[in-house]
Amino acid sequence: MSDHDNAHDIQKSVKRYLFVFYALIAGTILTVMASRLPIESVAVTVAIALLIACVKGFLVAGYFMHLISEKKMIYGILIATVFFFAGLMFLTVWSMDHNSLIHMSTNVP
Amino acid sequence: MSTQATTHAHPHADAHASDHHELGFLQKYVFSTDHKIIGIQYGVTALLFLLFGLGLMAMMRWSIAYPNQPLPLVGSLLEKLLGSNAAGHGIMSSTLYNSFGAMHGTIMVFLGIVPLAFAAFGNFVVPLQIGAPDMAFPRINMASYQSYVIGGLIMLISFFIPGGAAQAGWTSYSPLATSFPGNGQTFWILGMVFLITSSLLGAVNFLATIIQLRAPGMTWMRLPFFVWAQFVTGFLLLLAFPPLEAAAIMQLMDKVAHTSFFLPTGLAVTGAHISGGGSPLLWQHLFWFLGHPEVYVLILPAMGIVCEILACNTRKPIWGYKSLVYSALVIGFLSFIVWAHHMYLTGMGTRISTFFQTTTMIISIPSVIILTCLFLSLWGGSIRFNTPMLFALAFLPMFGIGGLTGLPLGFNFSDLHLHDTYYVIAHFHYVVAPGTIFALFAGVYFWFPKATGRYMSEFWGRVHFTCSFIFMNLVFMPMFAQGMAGMLRRMYDGGINYSTANTPGTIGGLSEGIMHLNVVVSTAVWCLGLSQIPFIINFFWSIKHGKKIESDNPWHATTLDWQTPTPPPHGNFAKTPVVHRGPYEYSVPGHATDFTPQNEA
Amino acid sequence: MDIPYTSTPRPDTGLFNAKVGIWLFLASEVMLFGALFSSYILLRVGAAPGDWPHGLLNVWLGMTNTIVLIVSSITVVMAWASLKMKDFGRFRRYQSVTLVCALCFLGIKSYEYHDKFTHYEVQLNDGVTVQVKDESGATKAVQLPTKGVLDGHILENDADKMVIHGEIVDKAAQAQVTHAWQESKIPEMEITVKKADVKYMENYGPWHNTYTAIYFTLTGLHALHVIGGSIVIFFIWGPLAGMWKTDPERYTNRVEVSGLFWHFVDLVWIFLFPVLYLL
Repeated sequence: MSDHDNAHDIQKSVKRYLFVFYALIAGTILTVMASRLPIESVAVTVAIALLIACVKGFLVAGYFMHLISEKKMIYGILIATVFFFAGLMFLTVWSMDHNSLIHMSTNVP
Repeated sequence: MSTQATTHAHPHADAHASDHHELGFLQKYVFSTDHKIIGIQYGVTALLFLLFGLGLMAMMRWSIAYPNQPLPLVGSLLEKLLGSNAAGHGIMSSTLYNSFGAMHGTIMVFLGIVPLAFAAFGNFVVPLQIGAPDMAFPRINMASYQSYVIGGLIMLISFFIPGGAAQAGWTSYSPLATSFPGNGQTFWILGMVFLITSSLLGAVNFLATIIQLRAPGMTWMRLPFFVWAQFVTGFLLLLAFPPLEAAAIMQLMDKVAHTSFFLPTGLAVTGAHISGGGSPLLWQHLFWFLGHPEVYVLILPAMGIVCEILACNTRKPIWGYKSLVYSALVIGFLSFIVWAHHMYLTGMGTRISTFFQTTTMIISIPSVIILTCLFLSLWGGSIRFNTPMLFALAFLPMFGIGGLTGLPLGFNFSDLHLHDTYYVIAHFHYVVAPGTIFALFAGVYFWFPKATGRYMSEFWGRVHFTCSFIFMNLVFMPMFAQGMAGMLRRMYDGGINYSTANTPGTIGGLSEGIMHLNVVVSTAVWCLGLSQIPFIINFFWSIKHGKKIESDNPWHATTLDWQTPTPPPHGNFAKTPVVHRGPYEYSVPGHATDFTPQNEA
Repeated sequence: MDIPYTSTPRPDTGLFNAKVGIWLFLASEVMLFGALFSSYILLRVGAAPGDWPHGLLNVWLGMTNTIVLIVSSITVVMAWASLKMKDFGRFRRYQSVTLVCALCFLGIKSYEYHDKFTHYEVQLNDGVTVQVKDESGATKAVQLPTKGVLDGHILENDADKMVIHGEIVDKAAQAQVTHAWQESKIPEMEITVKKADVKYMENYGPWHNTYTAIYFTLTGLHALHVIGGSIVIFFIWGPLAGMWKTDPERYTNRVEVSGLFWHFVDLVWIFLFPVLYLL
């Protein structure tokens, strides 16, 4: 049987779910507000947006998807996945860094 | 002979008996959810596709050896089927050559080897070897086979649509792939989506099965190496295919919705107003992110099969089981970060080329370890030279040649000279053709008795082996020379435009000797094709007329797949087997026989 | 022999089969959407300055959709918790809210897609004069320089003229924009232009530029997942409901597994929303 055996445990979980729900709504509003702040640096803007998104994502994955109490096997699968995804993203973008292969000519009709 | 102790009846036996009503023909053989039937379905379908792919190449080789001359035997048929643009007067046009080439690669890799090595052998053998009643998700298993068939049909149909099949290579590089008129490329993408879906469903099934359904006592380090190989292969398919699916979606959007994911600014495309702003390199990155793990998908199951056959036919344990397992895991891991060694000539820059060159060199280490363990396993063995063993033994040096010739390609500086030449073709074919395909033949001969209760003919097996071995080498060895001389890939006329005869006074032309090798290679290909006839006849004839096996374990093997009735019934084991020992306990001192099955107490 | 661990967990892994299966599948989905996100980064980083548009999407609609999905996320987990507490009626009510949210999301998305398909960029011949009617109602003629461009929705489309609700594009000003918050409030006007003066017009479909291309691809694939997920949830909620009586454990596990898929869909949107709408 899984972790949530009796009604008491489920009640505790329900409280947690509600808390996560409110946090997610707050995060959504926060991220829209943050996008309107006049910050010059593109990097900082992106960082803030991604940070809020990551926190929200962690809440969904950790609590709604029960990852925080999940078994090692699942963690193992996901850690490998995240590693390879990071590899794909960073290596691909790194390889394109000094390339202007996107632009063959400057004359756009 | 199944060795199940029957101390107490299975708790659900009574309820279960009432479930097994008689299944009709369609339910039992066409819409089956039994892993053994599905495995055979995959196997036969894949072998047919392999034959078809070989046929395409046989026709292409005529054009290479005797360019612009009508094809004998099939020339007029080609013209009738595909039109006079493609094959006027029975002569293979350059566009037809290109589409045959693209489809040869696609069919061999995605419709032939992967389904045969991973899905067919994996489906039939893995649940048996881990002591499971079936795969974890039998209906998903059926769905994955059906998806494969649909993908294959789409690919086959694409030959007959106006404009013909895809022509931009099995790698489908943009902008070439997108800017071709006609829908061949679109069909290719749709076919690939179905094939990728099939592989993903299969991978989920295999991984869940191996994780969850191992019999009691079957710990991870008691698994036969074949199961480990399939496990790693499953992860490669699971995580590497989706980026190609994403890329295929984007290329489909480029073709159908006129987006510019892969089309750079300033490109002129007839008939469409495109926005530009895309990147051709993006396609290459996403393709090869799959493309490289894909080649390990092609080789790992083969290594697994060879391991099983070597252990059984040397009558001794495999040398270095732990090294094999860890090497397979390391290969799986590293294979995700070497992909851009296929892209050294794209101008990525030296820093990133160095990164990929380094990881590529590192990944050769576990491959060598695996090959070494397999070679060392022969030492001191009591070798039985039956047909499966002949193919398994031949795999070792053939894979060795393939692997070693990959090293100059893995180094940036030498790849500059060898990229896109026949050297590359020789390298990868050595690994896949006398490499993987030999291992797969070995597997067919080896497990045929378990599936049918009869041996394949040993005599015709040896004929098949000897001829295939000779002709495989005659086909691919000369290509190393041709490639080093500078002969490029994908030339429908065999490079005659670059021969010294046609370019007098120029340095770097292809010499007469090199050009003549085209004829040698082509002839060897046709002989190789003929050599498969004994195999095909043997395969079908032996189902009903082969020599009957003497027991359920005719090879006297230790793994659980040989401890079942023949053929294994639905549910495989009457009672869940309990595993007490490792997978290769051959010639254990003091034991009455020279093999100790895994489930022997 | 039956397949073990379909409902009860296997002792050493602690998991039942379908849970392993769905997490493996979600891992592959991470790679799928991850590849698309990587492509987005690449295309955006490689775009020439000023070539990457901002403000094309309605942030409020996007925010509403985000909240809709978050609501559906909690209802889907509450539905599963209700089953764990053996309350079938509550499960049905929560899950019906999930399905309504899904429909809501798709409805808003369709409206947004439609909005983009009716949003046009109109390229004009050189030296064209258009009639501009601003908020006060006054009409005046405006002569446009070479390569004038109009941008907006079409109000009227006759044989000889067109009325566009939008703006006259200032390419130089647009090239300066690097952040969404810099989108200045350009007043929307009614612009009348003769059809003969139009060189080429194109709506903001996927073909328009790489931003719309990746936007439609990412959100389109995501929407397909929403549709797929809701079909599965509906099927378990409706036609399959009988299994609650015959095999409640297996039924609960199916609800849990479909819920995991649904949460993943929500997770993807949590990243899609800021990346496509706000940055």
